Amino acid sequence: MAKEMRVLLEYADQIDPASAKDYIKVGGYSGLEKARKMNPKDLIQEVKDSKLRGRGGAGFNAGMKWSFVPQNVPVKYVVCNLDEGEPGTYKDRIICEKNAQALLEGMAICGHAIGSDQGYIYCRGEYPFVVELLRKAIDSASDALGDFNIEVRMGAGAYVCGEETALIESIEGHRGEPRFKPPFPGVEGLWQAPTVVNNVETYACLPYIMVNGAQWFAGVGSASYPGTKVLSLTGDVVNRTFFEVPTDATLREVIFELGGGIRNGKKFKAVQVGGTSGAFIPEQYLDTKIDFDSMGAIGAALGSGAVFVLDESRDILDVATRISKFFEHESCGKCNPCREGTFRNREILERLNAGKGSEADLDKLLLLSKVMQKACLCGLGQAAPIPTESTIKHFRHEYLRKVQ
Amino acid sequence: MGKVQEIVAQYSNKQGGIIEAYHAIQKEYNYLPKEAITEVAKTFGVSESQAYGVATFYSYLSVEPRGKYIIRMCESAPCHVAGADEVIKAIERQLGIKVGETTADGKFTLELTECIGQCQATPVITVNSEPIFDVTPQKVPEILSALK
Repeated sequence: MAKEMRVLLEYADQIDPASAKDYIKVGGYSGLEKARKMNPKDLIQEVKDSKLRGRGGAGFNAGMKWSFVPQNVPVKYVVCNLDEGEPGTYKDRIICEKNAQALLEGMAICGHAIGSDQGYIYCRGEYPFVVELLRKAIDSASDALGDFNIEVRMGAGAYVCGEETALIESIEGHRGEPRFKPPFPGVEGLWQAPTVVNNVETYACLPYIMVNGAQWFAGVGSASYPGTKVLSLTGDVVNRTFFEVPTDATLREVIFELGGGIRNGKKFKAVQVGGTSGAFIPEQYLDTKIDFDSMGAIGAALGSGAVFVLDESRDILDVATRISKFFEHESCGKCNPCREGTFRNREILERLNAGKGSEADLDKLLLLSKVMQKACLCGLGQAAPIPTESTIKHFRHEYLRKVQ
Repeated sequence: MGKVQEIVAQYSNKQGGIIEAYHAIQKEYNYLPKEAITEVAKTFGVSESQAYGVATFYSYLSVEPRGKYIIRMCESAPCHVAGADEVIKAIERQLGIKVGETTADGKFTLELTECIGQCQATPVITVNSEPIFDVTPQKVPEILSALK
């Protein structure tokens, strides 16, 4: 029987997330204390050794990211990405609502590692109550954080701002359009200063790595993407809730054991992992581990850790069409392959979904998908055609049923 | 000094504070009046077209007047499969408006939104950013009549 492993959420609902005092009672801020006794170079090495990889979607090694930040620059920033706009995802909200102080501590640890005394949390506009909670939490933690300041900035409803350079543009008060890379934020980020951008969950792992050691963390879950992952279950699953599991849990364990299986006694049809930009996975791959590389090997992505389950009665083409509308709406319009590509993707899918398409449309969609994955400026456009591509690959028969 | 100027002035020292200023103005007016754009442009040293560009980029900011209660229906995939379409129809019927419109008495505006991160209880709507869970067409009259 698969079990949860609660590290970030161990004290969920037992402590007040806004209260530093509560958090300290359960061992909080001792990781920061330990980190501050280390020299930054050793600290970065420790994080590298833990093999912690980004929990936002790209899965980049966190310590490696920090090591790109130049040492001899006076102003640098630590930015937290709390823009979780990936549909079906609410794990960063849960981490904040249950353990906000761990996020603050993690950001301060990063601050010591890269030599920054200023952090920003960019919280999505959909979570005004989380903004309020975080501001209280920061006030409460002023002693523990010492010279490290954190300011919360609220977004205003734009999915693309989850992309790190778009997020930076938005903090600067601009339209949230992604920048060309390079330069990467580690070299030239917020207000042209070197900036580390990590996800909430990535920062929240750090206190536990500091306290228990890099080796401990590296030994939890899958070797190439160790630690735990907070997943959010949605759709036709019995337990629509969140779970924290070691990264070697399989999809089947997550859906059928923790998730309680499919609602209303129906059968499983597909699961989309990692949010609305993820691939749809049929039953034959359910014994895959959830870690980043295992999911990649089956053409899927762990992404944000959203697990969206569809039962046998669901119309895959209808769901894919709905998703295509999302990407058309959220494309920022800066680059042509995405602006035009998300439009055409939606247009063709709508035609097929209405029973007015042809089999040749499927080939057009697959070609468009290839072009977008290669040519779009940022992750939004690159991932936008994945739901289309994966559903054509695994559920072609459902498309053909609606073809003239 | 007018109210808009007063609000914007509070953010004038905040680097990149345009979006924060817009949020504060919307809290007061429920939308961004023309003078808000002008004032923000002046205060933050950007052109009016840039200030307008920011105001129209984000879905939570509006340059059109809106009702007292802004109802947003999530239309992302998890809410979609949970029956969001039926809920939208029920709200439209009840209010006598379509998505994107405001009732004649200025009380309700109906908008669509992408995922609001409450997918444990789909379908979800928000009323002035406050989420309401597990909405069904049957619950719509009760929810709306509670908004005075």
